[in-house]
Formats: sequence, C-alpha cells, structure tokens
Amino acid sequence: MGSLEIAEEIKKTFPDEVIGFTEFRGQVTVSLSKDRIVDICRYLHDSPDMSFDYPTDLCAVDNLGRGRTRFEVIYNLYSTKYRHRIILKAQVPESDPVIDSVTLIWSGMNWHERETYDMFGITFKGHPDMRRILMPEDWEGNPLRKDYPLKGPEKEWRGYRNVKEKSRSFREFQWKQ
Amino acid sequence: METVAKPLETRTLTVSMGPQHPATHGVLRLVLELDGETVVECTPHVGYLHRGIEKLSEHRTYLQIIPLTDRLDYISSMSNNIGYCLAVEKLLGIEAPERAKFIRTMAGEMSRISSHLLWLATHALDIGAMTVFLYTFRERETILGLFERLCGARLTVSYPRIGGVRNDIPDQDWLDELKSFTDEFPGRIKEYETLINQNRIWIKRTKGIGVIGREEAINRGLSGATLRGSGIDYDVRKYMPYDAYDQVEFEVPVGKEGDVYDRYRCRMIELEQSNRIIRQCIDKMPSGPILAEEMKYILPAKEDVLSDMEHLIHHFVLVAEGPKAPVGELYVSTEVPKGELGFYIVSDGTGKPYRMHVRSPSFVHASVLGRLSKGHMVADVIANIGTIDIVLGECDR
Repeated sequence: MGSLEIAEEIKKTFPDEVIGFTEFRGQVTVSLSKDRIVDICRYLHDSPDMSFDYPTDLCAVDNLGRGRTRFEVIYNLYSTKYRHRIILKAQVPESDPVIDSVTLIWSGMNWHERETYDMFGITFKGHPDMRRILMPEDWEGNPLRKDYPLKGPEKEWRGYRNVKEKSRSFREFQWKQ
Repeated sequence: METVAKPLETRTLTVSMGPQHPATHGVLRLVLELDGETVVECTPHVGYLHRGIEKLSEHRTYLQIIPLTDRLDYISSMSNNIGYCLAVEKLLGIEAPERAKFIRTMAGEMSRISSHLLWLATHALDIGAMTVFLYTFRERETILGLFERLCGARLTVSYPRIGGVRNDIPDQDWLDELKSFTDEFPGRIKEYETLINQNRIWIKRTKGIGVIGREEAINRGLSGATLRGSGIDYDVRKYMPYDAYDQVEFEVPVGKEGDVYDRYRCRMIELEQSNRIIRQCIDKMPSGPILAEEMKYILPAKEDVLSDMEHLIHHFVLVAEGPKAPVGELYVSTEVPKGELGFYIVSDGTGKPYRMHVRSPSFVHASVLGRLSKGHMVADVIANIGTIDIVLGECDR
C-alpha cells in the first residue's frame, strides 16, 4: 500500500482524529489529535493490511513561536512485511503536556518515550518507567525545548556544590593523627 | 546445650558495573541485581556521554553539522557523515553525481569493515579470545591508512559533503592498494574464523546466550546485524537503496537462533559482503564530477571562488547563512555498521535545521541489554554487551 493510501485509510477509520496529512519528498505525515493515539497505533499494528510491526523512531518537536500547537510527538512506523512507512504527528498542547504511552504495543518505544520526557517534559501516561534517561535525575529544565538556552542556565547544577564540598573534605583529611 | 542449625540467610546483591569498566565499550553503567552469579535484573543507565548534538545542530548551518555527526559513532564516522549528507540532499532535493555515489558506497563499506573488525576484536577480547584482537587490528590499520590518504583523517573523517564528496580519490595507487586489500581480505577472514569459529570455549560462551526471538526483536525495534541474527531480513541498503547500492550485488545474511553466535556469524558474512561491494565499486567506478553543481546549495570550487565574483557571492552567502532548505520534514535512514541510523530533519526554510533528531541504533540496542542479560551469568553480560555492538557516543548523542 502506498503511503497516501495508508493515510486515507487512517482518515476513513478515525475521521474525528485526523487533522490532515502532508506529503514531502514522497513521505506522508499524518497529523492527529492526541486523545486516541493508542487506538490508532493499535489499529496500525494489528490490522493485517497495515501490519506496522517495526517501531523505527519516536521524537518530539517544539513549535514555540510558530503559531501552532506547542509540541508534536512524531511516531515513525515501518512494516517489515509490506516494507512501507508512515509518520504520525500527534498534537500535544503546552497546557497539558501528556500523551498516552504506546510501549504496550511496541516495547521498542520505551526508551524513545523516556528520552522525549527528558528532553521536552512531555509525560507518557501508562509508561512503565517514566524517568529521565540522558540528563541527571535532578536536572532542572528540558534541554530540547526552544526556550531552553543553548549555553544552559546561569545557575549551576544543584549537585555540583555537594561534589565540590566532598572533594574539599577529602583534601583536608589528616593522614597522620 | 543444643545447637540448632539455622538456615543460611540469602539475599540478592546489587552490583554497579561501570561507568568506567573496560568491557562496557565506553561509559555505560549497568546496575545488576545478582542472585549468586545469576543476573536477576539488569538496568542500563546511559547519558554519560551526552553532548547535546541535537540541540547544537539547531544552532548550526547544514554545512556545519557534518563534523558533529563524526562524533556520533566515532569508530565509523564515514557512515554517519554519509547518512547525514543523504538526509540533507533529500531535503534539498538534489542528488550526488554517479562517481561521488560510488566513492561514498566504497568508503561506507570500508568504514563497515573497520567497525566490524573493531567489534570482533573487542567482543572476542571480552569473552577471553585475545589473539583475534592482534590480527583484526592489522587489517583495520590498512583501512585507516587508506582513509588518511583519502581525506587526511583516520577517525573523524568529515569526508562526504552535501551533494557529493570533498575531494576525488588521490591517485591510481590508492585504488590499487585498496584492490590488493580486497584480494587478501577474504583470506584474513578465514584466519579469524580459524581462531574462534570451532573454538570450544567460544562456542560455549556464545551459543544459546542472549537469545531474542523473531517477533520480539522486531517489536523492540532492533536493527542491523542485531536484528538479522534473529532471522529477519531487513537491511536498509537492500530495501531502501541509497547511493550506489542498487547497482552492486550483495547478500544480506540472516541468522536463525537469535543468539550471540548467530549475530557473530551474520557480522562475519557481512565482512565478506562488504569486501565484495568494495570490489564491485572499484571495477565499476565511473568518471565524472564528484560534487553536484547546484549553485543555490553547494559550495563552489575554490578556484572559481578566487577568480569569479558570482561564485564568491554564492560562497559567502552559503557559508554565512547556510543553504536555505525548503520547508518540510523528512526521515532518511541509512544502514551503518551498527544498524539503522536515521535523521529526522524539520526545516523551517532557513539555513539551519529547526529540529534534527538522530535515531541511533546504539540507543535502541542498549535498551534491550536488560532483557538479554536476565537469567544469565554475570560473565554473559559482557558477551551481551559485545554482541549488540553499541558505541556510547552514538547512544547518548
């Protein structure tokens, strides 16, 4: 099935969810509202005509200042049976940065969702292990948001003082008492 | 007095392996929950090498990102460069000339050989077969030497360019040397295999270890030889061919059992196939330009810049602002030695990507480490780290 046909099929099955779709360089991206994302993914995974069994990628885009919904979560799906691909884009507003997790469908999305949570602060409801992954656990802010500065915030990381004091106390250790 | 024999109390032991441990291939930390010597739970912690390449690239022009991609998987930087350049080429809607395509295919396969040789060396070393290391590094040295003569760098090459490659092959000598390498390399593979293929210890340490089934491997999004070891025929080079892969013949090896040994066999056959591809590229190498002529997007030749006003202006604008890509978003993947490396680029019409996401195979592969190691011995954790072939620079980005 061609990507456009797949997009049409999704629109036919979930008419209220699909906002629209675009084609760019032969790749079709379907924009969705976030509420029934698990149902849509379950349909794409299970339906024999679709059979999207391979979770290629999941990431997010921050649209700050572009006049659109603040976040978009991108699902990149592939079928090893039919060798076709589709990209889904779920709209996640800034006021409620929560979306349902698809880890129960593809366990390969587990770390991708954790990364998105870490980098954008989007929470995935139903994820078995929603922790930061690349940044330290007590890090403040979400680095890939557009309002997060490239050089990082002025203030230093909270744990840094502890580490510094600890190393100073080691230096003062009296070897001969 | 009567003594009552109390049953000995047993409990699980938590061991933190890494982040600095020679067998973790970088800075990976594993928290192991052990019952005696058996792993009950294995939790990988990544992020120690996070340099924010995705964030950095939002503040760089398309041309400036090429050296950043070197630092993803730093032992096969050529493949990363090619993957990135292809993604941007597709975004800009341009295509590299034939000769550049063949050079890139050839360089990509050389990089695959050098990466697989390093993998074999360290994987065998971790399990206890030290000798292989010394043999594979001999051949790896030849390839790195050829890279040096091709572009001046051995590891972080930054050789491919958007729309082609930086410079042509230096001379006929270089091609001849590569050709003689491809002549003798199949014999070298036999040498490595003699050392370990039938080795009883090697087989005991690899067969039936870290088994992952067909469905599960797909469901977890594995790629590359880690996926093919479980019997799935999925190779980006074959099914979404890029560069000159549709003009060369090669086979995609698949395993059966999905254990460490099958993945080892897959990579060994891949070595032979890569050698075959390089050979075909040398034979079929067309002549012609090595960089697409697209004034709007690609830097003009240096001679032209120094002698012609028009070219100078283009050069200045491209360097200062970057090539203005059309608005859109796309995902382009390539088969790098580790698996499927994908670039998801969102362009807002300026010379810098609005967002660039790197789908790195090592990140996905590191996530299955816990699942692979569960129920095995501590020593098998090492075999599992080796078999999924991760590089933490790419995992953490």
